[in-house]
Parts: sequence; structure tokens; C-alpha cells
Amino acid sequence: MSDPADLTISAAGALLRSGDLSAVELLEAVLRRASMTEAILHAFLTIDSAGASAAAAAADEAFAAGDDLGHLHGIPIALKDNMVTRGIETTCSSQILSGYIPPYDATVVERLKAAGAVIVGKTNMDEFAMGSSTENSAYGATRNPWDPDRVPGGSSGGSAAAVSAGSALAALGSDTGGSIRQPASLTGVVGMKPTYGLVSRYGLVAFASSLDQIGPLTRTVDDAVTVFEAIAGHDPSDATSYPGPVPDVRTALDGGVAGLRVGVVRELWGEGTDPEVAAVCRRAVDLLADAGALVSEVSLPSLEYALSAYYLIAPAECSSNLARFDGVRYGLRRAGSTVEEMMASSRHDGLGPEVTRRVLLGTYALSAGYYDAFYGQAQKVRTLVIRDFAAAYGDVDVLISPVSPTTAFKIGERTDDPLAMYLSDVCTIPSNLAGDPGISVPVGLDSGGLPIGLQVLAPALGEAVLFRVAKAVESLAGSDARPALATSEGAA
Amino acid sequence: MPVDIDIAKVARLARIAITEEEAAEYGAQLGDILEHAARVQALPTDGVPPTAHPLPIANALRDDVIEPTLDREEVLAQAPERDGDFFKLPPFLEDS
Repeated sequence: MSDPADLTISAAGALLRSGDLSAVELLEAVLRRASMTEAILHAFLTIDSAGASAAAAAADEAFAAGDDLGHLHGIPIALKDNMVTRGIETTCSSQILSGYIPPYDATVVERLKAAGAVIVGKTNMDEFAMGSSTENSAYGATRNPWDPDRVPGGSSGGSAAAVSAGSALAALGSDTGGSIRQPASLTGVVGMKPTYGLVSRYGLVAFASSLDQIGPLTRTVDDAVTVFEAIAGHDPSDATSYPGPVPDVRTALDGGVAGLRVGVVRELWGEGTDPEVAAVCRRAVDLLADAGALVSEVSLPSLEYALSAYYLIAPAECSSNLARFDGVRYGLRRAGSTVEEMMASSRHDGLGPEVTRRVLLGTYALSAGYYDAFYGQAQKVRTLVIRDFAAAYGDVDVLISPVSPTTAFKIGERTDDPLAMYLSDVCTIPSNLAGDPGISVPVGLDSGGLPIGLQVLAPALGEAVLFRVAKAVESLAGSDARPALATSEGAA
Repeated sequence: MPVDIDIAKVARLARIAITEEEAAEYGAQLGDILEHAARVQALPTDGVPPTAHPLPIANALRDDVIEPTLDREEVLAQAPERDGDFFKLPPFLEDS
């Protein structure tokens, strides 16, 4: 048998149930992989070996007693460090939360535990999920398993690198403007952002509340379906949780694409898209057409303005959400002779440059005299984006584009130019504004051997057709390539 | 054209102490970002309502039943400074 750290959830599940592999052995393989790769990658902020070992041992006992909790039972999963974990430090990669031990579990953490999953640890991220490279971490950057001189994308870069390298079979990330899909694309894994509201945000440290959504990073579309099913569903603790039923994503999963209408989004393949990325994605679309999909080009003119609207709406919401980090109830506190001085000084020392930039930007966009011209106008553009998507979905079942205009870029390449970094998310941001689901599926490598992801988008609650098309993409155009670092030879 | 911002005022509103050097750097960067963001003003939006939220949910209510709350000790254990069951803070007003 190959190294269990490289197994998919479904393959590992079969071995756990046939008795050919124990949950403890599976966890040991994953921790061994992490110990070989972490000195280079730095995918994790915290590895909870003790807690994970106890959970794995409990899973083996349960299997022996015939008490099977389902697909995730005994499966090692990593969590982005913006999901609170009772008793385990949660920092969001920020100094201001250094040493913070949450008094409760996020709803997604409760659900994973109830499903018998083994929580390996907390993954590195851009501070408070603001960034596209995982370089904005107060605890050091994460590196890409395909090339350690390059970024893994972000902000869920630690989760993506961990799954890509084999230091977890799956991970949860959060996606506010592409923070699951873009790192998935850059590290060659599957990353899925559900419809806004389908997965509870209770216990997810808020960045931009009307855009944030938790979702899975996995090695296959099947595994993404499995994790999605475990975490989706109404939660009374989240007032923005969708109260209706979760879409049935399993029944039609293997239905293929024959007869489905696939729209290629003109505005998302434009200038700035690397020709190799465009060619690899185009090839995947051609394979869908060969398999019977009805491919057409569609135009959503307002998408040209989506990035601009996003960089007003997200900072505005973040400036409000991050007001809670004030040195009063938890986290870092600096001395001050008045409470205001204490807060201003704590926030200066505790928040990194990108977070400070966005808080200032949002504060400005919301301030008297500028509100209508900036935030108010951005909210109207958001309406136009939603209308354009609605019109497009009148003609097609899914939309297709590259996930990221480029493959993984070099560490440090974009850190001095915030605007260039923001452009990394030009293809993923529109669906956050609309609240729609999206997924990144690996479809090949560029000439430098770096992964390329294809993005599939569907209307709100369209997860069934989203996963169905994603699975077809995977089987027709998917890439089985694995990073050199994910082999014991490469890491040794 | 980059947007001109009174960065000291914005930082005061955001309760972030910044140095003059930082103010100059953030001011220039935000000016560039806002120049890009200001493109939203080029789209005609007469009669278009704003969207604050993608889900048409308003006032999610639940039954008024008592449920367990967070453990007080566990919560206060995270306080930078406490006095019994209170969070302790510097004075809100300077001594006159």
C-alpha cells in the first residue's frame, strides 16, 4: 500500500472499514508527513497531536464496536485558524489574538467532531483572511508544496498546502473573495465555496459578514461532497444561516455533462490572464463539449466593476467587524492613560499592515461625506452583478472561467503592491458578491510544472449541478499530478 | 487620479495609532486603491437599489428559551486585566 497520507477520504474510509488500516495508523502517516514537510511549508500554526491521537483511538474503538459515524469517521482534517476551537489557540494569524484560547467550538467544528473526524490542527492564513498569498501572517508565510519559492495562494493557503502535501486528508477554509478557490488552484487541490448561508458562520472570526463562507479543500470532488454534506445545514446560532433544506448533491453527482448548458464567461478570460492558464482551461472546456455539454460564450458586463465594488464592501464590513479587537476582553493589550489611547496603541501593535490598510480603507468608505460615493455606490453595483448572474443563469446551467489569472507567484513578488495582489482574485470575487457557490478543480500544469484550476460557478443553492459538472471536469480533464514534496523521497 | 485622504482623521476614527511615516505610506497606498475602487462611480445606477446582503432573510427569530451560555471563568480567563467578574480598563476620561 502507498503512504496512507496520500489517500483520498473515500479510499481511506474503505480501508478503515475493511480493517486494513486503523485510524491511528492513518493519523500517524499524516503526522509523519507533516513532520517531514513543515520545516519548509509552515502550513500549520498549531498541530494538536494529543487531541488528534485521542480522537483517532476513539474512532478505532468505535469501529471495533460496530459504531460507524459515516464517511468522516477517523479522517484527519485540518482547520483554518479563523475557526474557533475550544481549548486550542485561535489567532487568525494575528498578533492581536496571540495566545487566545476560545471558550467554545465553531458550529463547523462541532459538526466535524460529531461526524467522528480527527482534527489535526490549525492552519496558517493571511491575517484575518485578508490576502491572496498567506504572506500576511504574523507568524511567517506558508510555502507552496509544488515549489517552496512560491506562495500557496490565500488566504486559506495553510489549509491548501496541508491537503496538497498530505498533512491532512481534507481541510476547511473560508472564502470571502476567493480564499478557498484561489489557493486550491495554486496548490492543485479541489476547493469549494458553498452558497452563502448554507454553512454556519458561528465561530468563524468575521472578516466581511455578507461575503464570508466556510467550505472544504480536498483532493477529489467526491471528497468535497463528503465534507460539504457534513458541515452544511441550518444553524440557529447564525442569524444569516439559510433555513431551508441543503441541496441533494449526491443523487445526480455522476450524471455527466451531456445536454448541460455551460457558459464561458467572457469578462473572466480577458487581459491579465496568463496564456498558458487560458489554454489549459480552454482545453478542459473543449473536453466538456466533446462529452456533450452545450458550450456557449456569455457576457456579464458588470463583472468589470466587481473587483472595485468588492474593495469597498469588504473593507467597510471589516472595519466594523474588527472594531471588536480593542484590547478590552481578550487578546493583546498595550498600556494607555485612557481607554482610547490603550485601544489605539493595542490596535497599532496588534494588527498587521494589510489589515490596517483595509480597516482604514473601510473606515474612509463609510465615513460622513464619502459614504454615498463609495460604499453606497458599491452596494448598487453589487445589485447589478447579481442581476447579470441571474440573466446568465436564464440561459446556462453553470458558468466557467479560470480560478486565478496566473499560477503560483514568487514569495515577495506582490507584497509591495497591494493592488496587484488584489487582482489575484478578479475571477473569484463576483460569486461572493452574488452569494453563489463556486469550485476550483485541478485541470493541469503550466510549463513550469505549477497547477492550474478551472472554476465552475452555479446559481445560489445550485450545488447539485455544481458538483456534477465539477466531477465531470475532474474525470475528463483532471490532473493526478502530485507535488514532489508530498513524497517521502521529495521531502527527505 | 489617486484619491486624497485625511489619513490622520481616518486612523483616529478607526482607533489605530499610526506614526507620521505610516500615515504617509498608507495614505499613498489607499489613494491608489481608491482610484481603482472609484471606477464603481462610472456605472449608471439610477433607480438601482443597494444590496447589503445576498440572502433575503430579515429578522431571524427563535423561541425565547433559556440555553446554556459560555462559562464565565473560561471567558474572563482571556481578559488582559480583570477585577473579580469585571474586565478592568484604564479611565475613559483623562483626569482634569
